[in-house]
Amino acid sequence: MSELKYTEDHEWISLDGDIGTVGITDYAQEQLGDVVFVELPDVGKTLAKGEEAAVIESVKAAAEIYAPVDGEVTEVNAALNDDPSLVNTDAQGKGWFIKLRIGDTGATDGLMDDNAYAAFIDGLN
Amino acid sequence: MAHSRDLSRPRQAGSPVAARDTVLGHQGLRLEEDLLFELDSPGLSGVDLPNVPAVEARLGGLERRSEIGLPGLSEPEIVRHYTRLSQKNYAIDMGTYPLGSCTMKHNPRLNEKVVRLPGFAGLHPLQPVETAQGALELIDATAQWLKTLTGMPAIAMSPAAGAHGELCGMMAIRAALDARDGGETPRRRVLVPESAHGTNPATAAACGFTVDPIPANDDGRVDVAAFAAKLGDDVAAVMLTNPNTCGLFEPDMIEIARLIHQADGYFYCDGANFNAIVGRVRPGDLGIDCMHINLHKTFSTPHGGGGPGAGPVVLSEALAPFAPRPWIVHDGDGFALVENDADTGDATPIGRLKGFHGQMGMFVRAFAYMLSHGKDGLSQVSGDAVLNANYVMARLQDVMTPSFEGPCMHECLFDDRFLDGSGVTTLDFSKAMIDEGYHPMTMYFPLVVHGAMLIEPTETESKRGLDDFIAVMRRLAESARAGEQARFTGAPEFTPRRRLDETMAARKPVLRWFPAAETAEAAE
Repeated sequence: MSELKYTEDHEWISLDGDIGTVGITDYAQEQLGDVVFVELPDVGKTLAKGEEAAVIESVKAAAEIYAPVDGEVTEVNAALNDDPSLVNTDAQGKGWFIKLRIGDTGATDGLMDDNAYAAFIDGLN
Repeated sequence: MAHSRDLSRPRQAGSPVAARDTVLGHQGLRLEEDLLFELDSPGLSGVDLPNVPAVEARLGGLERRSEIGLPGLSEPEIVRHYTRLSQKNYAIDMGTYPLGSCTMKHNPRLNEKVVRLPGFAGLHPLQPVETAQGALELIDATAQWLKTLTGMPAIAMSPAAGAHGELCGMMAIRAALDARDGGETPRRRVLVPESAHGTNPATAAACGFTVDPIPANDDGRVDVAAFAAKLGDDVAAVMLTNPNTCGLFEPDMIEIARLIHQADGYFYCDGANFNAIVGRVRPGDLGIDCMHINLHKTFSTPHGGGGPGAGPVVLSEALAPFAPRPWIVHDGDGFALVENDADTGDATPIGRLKGFHGQMGMFVRAFAYMLSHGKDGLSQVSGDAVLNANYVMARLQDVMTPSFEGPCMHECLFDDRFLDGSGVTTLDFSKAMIDEGYHPMTMYFPLVVHGAMLIEPTETESKRGLDDFIAVMRRLAESARAGEQARFTGAPEFTPRRRLDETMAARKPVLRWFPAAETAEAAE
């Protein structure tokens, strides 16, 4: 798997061949607080970059998760239906949301890397 | 000079913080209460009815086969149960209720007296119209007042609450666009500021539109340039709350109206915060096309006063033909209701949104409120509401962190920057307010600031009441900054129940009670 890339909406994506795994960042889960519900898309759904991919609900707020790149949903993390707290305990691991088949694997090049995202968060605080 | 309390008088100070266990769990005269089903004494009843004689079954095999399982209770047990529950409640009649964006104002007793007059209280929605002329006249007069106060030419009275009014307005906009475009309108995008009430995007989505957020500028208002850049042939409408949920007046309403109309879209204004401007600003003068009015905020009966709310919608000339049925007409012979499509003439109503004619009890209360205040009284209401919010903001701004520079309108917004490094969150701070005898303000809303605390004192609070509230908030803010973290993270301490597990309640809600036997079975 490649290193994580990040969006300004606090999604991360990690590539394995043409399959990208998408989740929200640790910073995002911390801001949201305890996650109580996650609504995942149907497998097979085609998403355009920036399109709503999933909905996440915490004790404080509801938020949308956007597709970081164009792609087709090949798998969703069904474990989140039973245990949405995985997003809080392991946002950048077991708390992943969806896997996307990506036509253009160069599409993640424009996203932030670890250092750029860390600097981006610093700018928000 | 701030009012100060005489603290030398004996008070509850000195009572034990951690109460002793008692035999039944009662604490003083604060009583624990079981569920009705746990109080069940099979066979007990509040009435003495004769046995029902055997009758021939005519339900064709659809008779009930099992017991309903209702608990048996005597009348005094029932009365005590509900009285005890009511005493656990917190209400506007008990104290300050600073819930931002809810306009928790006093509900005048005069309203309640009027609504209980037999001619109103005994009305039936199906009684002949000739026998309900006074009621229709009251609805019509209430409608006239609302049109006058908003400067709008038409109104739909039937929507049952704020979000229902939004639905009415957005359906009217969609119908108007369909009519203009000669079929299903290609305009599918609705622009909604980030600081909008959450119901705005929900309503737009429910009406089949997609929601496109408009960013706020640094001073918490709609960024007009960003708004203008989003306009296009596919934009149906803009939905905007004024004053917005940061408690700020949107000064560019007229320009926003000009731009949206130039783009052939409509302007929906959310009137939930009308209390800040009633009697002073007529939204119609600002160029809006429709606005719902939460009668149960601006015109008393907050949160429905224990009953329903009401959300009449005022409409521009362009949207008026699409107003839902029914409406009231009158001529020399009196008042009548237009209820059927056959009678609507040139109008093309979106249909009927509600059974019967709207929330009659709310109309009576709102009308009593308007008549008892008058035009001058209503403008004093908005003036005092704004003054109170600014007083709170001015006296807290050195110890808390206002999100935007004042003055504010009817509510003041703080964020959690003043808690930085204290280990105390907005939630902890709110729970500590409960220990001090205050219902918390609205928290974590609006989302445009971090850890929001939105305080709306309304015009109801006296200066004495505001000073007490301010004293508590100042003390809590200083305590948090002094590192007294435990009083927050452990709060509330003095309530019948300590902090509830909100996360677990949302993740694994227990939605019904099961008898102990079934619970035991389920566990096996």
